[in-house]
Parts: sequence; structure tokens; C-alpha cells
Amino acid sequence: MPLDDTSAQWLAALQADGAVRDQAHTRLHGLLLAAARAELGRRSGHSRLNGAELDDLAHQAAADAMLSVLRQLPTFRGESRFTTWAYKFAMFEVSGKLGRHFWTRHPTTPLDEADWEALPGRFGFSVENEAQWRELMAALRHAIEYDLTERQRQVFTAVVVNGTPMDAVCVELDTNRNAVYKTMFDARRRLRAALVAKGLLEESA
Amino acid sequence: MSHAMDLDTFLRTDPREVACGEVMELLDVYAELHAADPAAASARYPHIAAHMALCGPCAVDFQGLLALLADEPGPAPGSDR
Repeated sequence: MPLDDTSAQWLAALQADGAVRDQAHTRLHGLLLAAARAELGRRSGHSRLNGAELDDLAHQAAADAMLSVLRQLPTFRGESRFTTWAYKFAMFEVSGKLGRHFWTRHPTTPLDEADWEALPGRFGFSVENEAQWRELMAALRHAIEYDLTERQRQVFTAVVVNGTPMDAVCVELDTNRNAVYKTMFDARRRLRAALVAKGLLEESA
Repeated sequence: MSHAMDLDTFLRTDPREVACGEVMELLDVYAELHAADPAAASARYPHIAAHMALCGPCAVDFQGLLALLADEPGPAPGSDR
């Protein structure tokens, strides 16, 4: 796929030698830092980060995104603009840094009754109509405890019951988002099968 | 998962469902297309659109990328900006 002019300029400059490359590196780092700051600002309501701590994370994210961009430069095929492609790595690094930040401040603790009692609310069930979902939630909890593998239960309870961000679960389990998603996929399928077997959910079409 | 989601919907799985890796690989392409024409993006990449509805972290990254695209694109490496 032919590159647009600006993307071609970026690629040429980053693959050049000497001052041209150094200047491109500086500009790229500036872009990634601005992107990381903007994204951390956008998420600050959830992360509760601000000031120097937020800016420090932005610098870390920009530096690591820079490394990813330069390492993966040979794979850039021009299917998007270069800057969009580069921004993507800044997003991933921001997510990873926030996941680690969350995990260091909220280490996973064993589930207690309060966590389980919050579960119906996560699916939009309210106390007013508890009679309609009590059996379903009891069956779900039973299936989580007895029908999932250890790993599936660990991931599902962290993400769904505990409300831990998936990127923090990745840090805790020393894995990646792809693997956690696949584990969640298998857990969802098993739980649905268990609830269908009890006549609490209808078979998927 | 941090928002209320219908349990029945949440537990439904589709063998064609893609994991985060494929979505992350195409996130830049999907975001640019979505910024220009959301319907066209969903039509061309229905598996990514479906993934966004189920995966909070990928959806957050996607929204962040869209927010950046809404600003001016970055300068070329040799420009004075």
C-alpha cells in the first residue's frame, strides 16, 4: 500500500542517519508524550492520578511507546497514517502503566460476601426485583465456584466480581490482554452452559 | 467490566469472536475509518465492532485514539511545528 506523503516523510526521517534521524526521534517523542498526557488526562477521573505522578507516567508511557514504534517500524505498512499507528502504541502503554499503577495500589484480595453481593448490580439487577434474579445469581455463583478451572475463576472473579481492570489482571498474572480475553471467553461459555443446563438461560441461537 | 451489562448478553459467545490481539493489530486502521465513517467501519470490521462492545480495555484504547484523531494530525518530521 502506498504511503501518504507525511507518513513517507516520517518513515524516511526515522530510517535516516545522523541529525535527520535525531530530529525525527525528538519530534516523535514529543508527539507520543503529548498523546500520553492527553490520554492520561482523559482517564484521570478513573485513575485519580494528577500532578507529578501523572506526568511521570506520561513520560514512562511515551518512552516505552517510542521503543515499540522504532522496534516495529519495519512492520508499518501504511494502512493508516503513521501518526495514528504511532499513537496506538501510546494508548497501549498508557493502559499498561495504569494497569500496573492500579495493581500496586489495589492488590487482589480474597473475595468476601460484599463482593458477591455487588455482583447483581454489575449486571443491572436491582434490589427491588430481587425475587426475579435471586435464583439466577445463586446459580451463577455456584457455576463460578465449581464449573470453572482455577485460572478461569481467577480471571473471571477479578474482572467481573471484583471489578479489577483487565490490564491490572494482566500485570498480576504476568500475561497479556489477549490471553486474559481468551480465558474470559472460555469462562463465559462454561458459565452460560451451566445456566442453560439449569433452565435459567435460553440456549444461544 | 465495570458497567451494568445484561448477563445473558455478556455470557453469549460467538466462535467468530476475536481476541484482543487482532483488534490491537488493526486498531489504528479501524479508528481512522471509524473517524471518517462509523457505519463503514462497522460494516468492514464487524468482528472488531463486536469486540469493542465486550472488551472494556480495547474500547477505552479505541476511544482514546479517536480523541487524538479529533485533534490535528501530528506534524511531519521536518516541519517547523
